[in-house]
Amino acid sequence: MKNFGISIREVDNIRVLDISGELDAHTASQLENSLKSLIDQNEICIIVNCKGLDYIASAGLGVFMAYIEDVRGMGGDIKLTNMNERVYNVFDLLGFPTLYDIHDDESEALTGFNN
Amino acid sequence: MATSNNIHSLSVEASTSQLAKVRDFVAEHAERLGLSEKEIGNIRLAVDEAYTNIIKHAYKNIPAKPVEIELGSDNSQLWISIKDEGESFDVEAYNEPDIRERIKNKQRGGMGVYLIRKLMDNVQYNRSGHMNEIRMIKHL
Repeated sequence: MKNFGISIREVDNIRVLDISGELDAHTASQLENSLKSLIDQNEICIIVNCKGLDYIASAGLGVFMAYIEDVRGMGGDIKLTNMNERVYNVFDLLGFPTLYDIHDDESEALTGFNN
Repeated sequence: MATSNNIHSLSVEASTSQLAKVRDFVAEHAERLGLSEKEIGNIRLAVDEAYTNIIKHAYKNIPAKPVEIELGSDNSQLWISIKDEGESFDVEAYNEPDIRERIKNKQRGGMGVYLIRKLMDNVQYNRSGHMNEIRMIKHL
């Protein structure tokens, strides 16, 4: 899909997903497959770095809604970082900042996991 | 794409593969009206959510179903109308989503209508014959 990209790297035993482009009902399945695959491998400390993300619709937020309970129940978390203002506003409109661990910067999220 | 005075229309199939095209169509015309980047972003998202709801709920993901998008403006407002021939949406039965509860139940969805109402100044649902219309208005 040319308008959405996802890649995975590892930092201090934490899996970091770098997502870019536009996350909507068409591209959400790519994020879902990546998250599901990590969780299936018991990789439950996950950071989603949204630095390259230009746009998100509610279908994108739905992916995070579907997996956060499982991951937290297993002792992990999905932390979100580096959102631009437009993307953050969508999370904010739906009240996500009180329910998810959202950081300005990836290093803050890493510190959160290491503590 | 037809253009008549300041009314622009786009016919697409109900498919998520058309989402980016639909968003770009409305954003391009909203830009010409001198709206701010934030307002254009809001309109882009509202239209995305309305079109996605048609694909998923009115047409239940059945491909190749028709959707008509029309956008127009005058001095005081921009309006966007999206029409489909699928199942109608019962706006009276719609409740605001409780996100915390939905997360607990691992549910997703149900957020689109709420977002559209937050992002646009006025939202109307009409049913005429076999046609549904959502009409979204932004004051200029």
